[in-house]
Amino acid sequence: MYRSRSVVVVAVTFAALAGVAHADPTLRYGFGKPATAAEIAGWDIDVRPDGAGLPEGRGSVADGQAIFDAKCASCHGTFGESTDYMAIAGGVGTLQSDQPMRTTGSKLNYATTLFDYIRRAMPFNAPKSLTSDEVYALTAYVLNLNDILPADAVLDRRSIVAVQMPNRDGFTTRHGFMRADGKPDTHAKACMTNCAAEVRLSSEIPDYARDSHGDVAQQTGRATGDGGASAGLSGTLPPAELAARAGCLACHGVTNGVIGPAFADVAQRYRNDPTAADRLLRKVQAGGAGSFGTVVMPAQRLPERDLRTLIDWILDRLQ
Amino acid sequence: MSRAPRVPGRIRPAPESSSRRRFIGSGAVVAATLAARTTGAAETATDFLPPADPPWSRTLGAPILASPYGAPARHEAGVVRRQSPGLTRTALSSVSFTPLQNLFGIITPSGLHYERHHAGVPDVVPDRHRLMVHGLVRAPRLYTLDDIVRFPSVSRIHFIECGANTGMEWANVAVPTVQYTHGMLGCSEWTGVPLALLLDEAGFDRKRARYVLAEGADGASLTRTIPLDMARDDVLVVYGQNGEMLRPEQGYPLRLLVPGVQGVSSVKWLRRLEVGDAPWNTREESLHYVDLMPGGIHRQYTWIQEAKSVITSPSGGQLLLDRGYHEITGLAWSGRGKVARVDVSTDGGRNWRTAKLQAPVLSKALTRFRIDWTWSGGVALLQSRVIDETGYVQPSIRELRDVRGTRSIYHNNAIQTWRVDPAGDVSNVQVS
Repeated sequence: MYRSRSVVVVAVTFAALAGVAHADPTLRYGFGKPATAAEIAGWDIDVRPDGAGLPEGRGSVADGQAIFDAKCASCHGTFGESTDYMAIAGGVGTLQSDQPMRTTGSKLNYATTLFDYIRRAMPFNAPKSLTSDEVYALTAYVLNLNDILPADAVLDRRSIVAVQMPNRDGFTTRHGFMRADGKPDTHAKACMTNCAAEVRLSSEIPDYARDSHGDVAQQTGRATGDGGASAGLSGTLPPAELAARAGCLACHGVTNGVIGPAFADVAQRYRNDPTAADRLLRKVQAGGAGSFGTVVMPAQRLPERDLRTLIDWILDRLQ
Repeated sequence: MSRAPRVPGRIRPAPESSSRRRFIGSGAVVAATLAARTTGAAETATDFLPPADPPWSRTLGAPILASPYGAPARHEAGVVRRQSPGLTRTALSSVSFTPLQNLFGIITPSGLHYERHHAGVPDVVPDRHRLMVHGLVRAPRLYTLDDIVRFPSVSRIHFIECGANTGMEWANVAVPTVQYTHGMLGCSEWTGVPLALLLDEAGFDRKRARYVLAEGADGASLTRTIPLDMARDDVLVVYGQNGEMLRPEQGYPLRLLVPGVQGVSSVKWLRRLEVGDAPWNTREESLHYVDLMPGGIHRQYTWIQEAKSVITSPSGGQLLLDRGYHEITGLAWSGRGKVARVDVSTDGGRNWRTAKLQAPVLSKALTRFRIDWTWSGGVALLQSRVIDETGYVQPSIRELRDVRGTRSIYHNNAIQTWRVDPAGDVSNVQVS
């Protein structure tokens, strides 16, 4: 009886441990927990060009304009021409020119990417706050601003995949940057001597940019001068921290005497003395004994500014 | 063994204002005035120097825990990340640059590692953070940070370089110092779990799986496509950087690290990994981080960072104070493997000498190089050129432009030139 009960306990304990560690016996480690369908649905917001991931819902250009004017135009401009932020309209056909105008309309290849990005990251100050209908509507309006969709267009998960962006075929993966062993597009040679007949300066920093990054001398050098070593720490630290840094607290407490008197006792002693600060300064600089006992306080060689800061603080420790 | 340098060389920041020149010229006077004003004592600058003992030798120093975490010496306050004015429209979607000119060795201090984020730095609560692994997997999983830390871990040293590093210089010289020309670059020891292990654990579909989508937990929820071969090779899900937890601006508490690949793929604040059978063509793979070629076609999915190097000292904005010996030093790296060799030219690429590589030389990590140089006082054009273990030779800006024009923004890995003028001023130039 006794024995069989302990066996049951052991078996139950083992089952519980196994349950925690290996709910799924196919897992090698079993850490974490299964991600449920509801959890995945909440976070799995990505949309691919083939339409995978698009939610139900629909939105019109007209609906999109109302939302855009309220939530987007302050950065992107009423017509998507941009204020300071990236222009989302215009520039179609300029990518081949010397002055490419890179906008959402001129550069993007798939409307689904526009939907995905608005859904996850816009408005800039309130990402993930829009409904699916609102995201469809905004996507429709941005495409309308670019003359890609007519003013009466409505987008949903089927129609958005059919949108033909002007730069649909403007991308290539025929290059060597997709794999570590991909083929480079330059083939420089490591010549060692007499490699160039003539070396000519082709560009120097423009005048307008010379001072645009501040005092580069201060940015590129090591520490110079005495680094303010003699200026002390006053102004860079609160007095209590200065007292700790300066080693005062090795011998003094604020409210309790340690080796020397408590600062509160010092404040009490000098509370009605208008010359207290100057007298204390001389005492601290000279060191000595007798005021509070026979233990000698060594002379302190802190910068005077630091000492005065500390003394003012000490005299303010009255309880 | 190299000959001992006969003339010492010193390097100082270029004093642009006359007041700074005066300070350097009569430093003792200025320091003495300063000392007298602040201490009330008749101290002079020579009181700091032998045979005298300086103040810090005559007083107590700070106690332990004066700064519980610790911070650089206050005199190093100028060694900070900086932004390039006008480059971006808001500090909430922007970039700060690593001060490469001030750094030694190959490890970037975590607080100096360049930042790039697209919707600010989120304040992620680690207990509430989750990593979801789903898609074409048999067992979709949801992990806490503690779960991730329980997995077998690895630590490796790798660089991260933004695909747009040096992007401002495609058409002409635009920025003054190496911080701005090359500072979207950092190298850390990263600790985390191999992504391959998490994919195996979830049981990815070996027939259909081709790509992995990585997504961040920040407001932008930035997404990037990672090819499965790469994901199963050396990609890490990282929580540690240089021995401590990631900094918030580096993705605390979890980020992806895709070695050798442009930084945007190393998604920060990582919250989701989805296995799929086609690339996602995300905004950061179509509107941005694509390379515009002459003719108007964009190269898409340009993941790899090709071999690149730069001299960090002497570099733009510095000043050579003396003729004579100077060490030329810099960094080299390759997204395709190890650095095999670095050559240095002081005459704009006519003649080259091979530099010494500082161990360790690691795959897809920064490598420090050094070479002795005696400056004769004339004009010098300093260049470095890396050759990686595949035999690839870092191109000149002309060779790059011949193929890619000047509008591609990304992947400018051209040889950098610094001009030393007879006064010792070092400035950013391009040569042809």
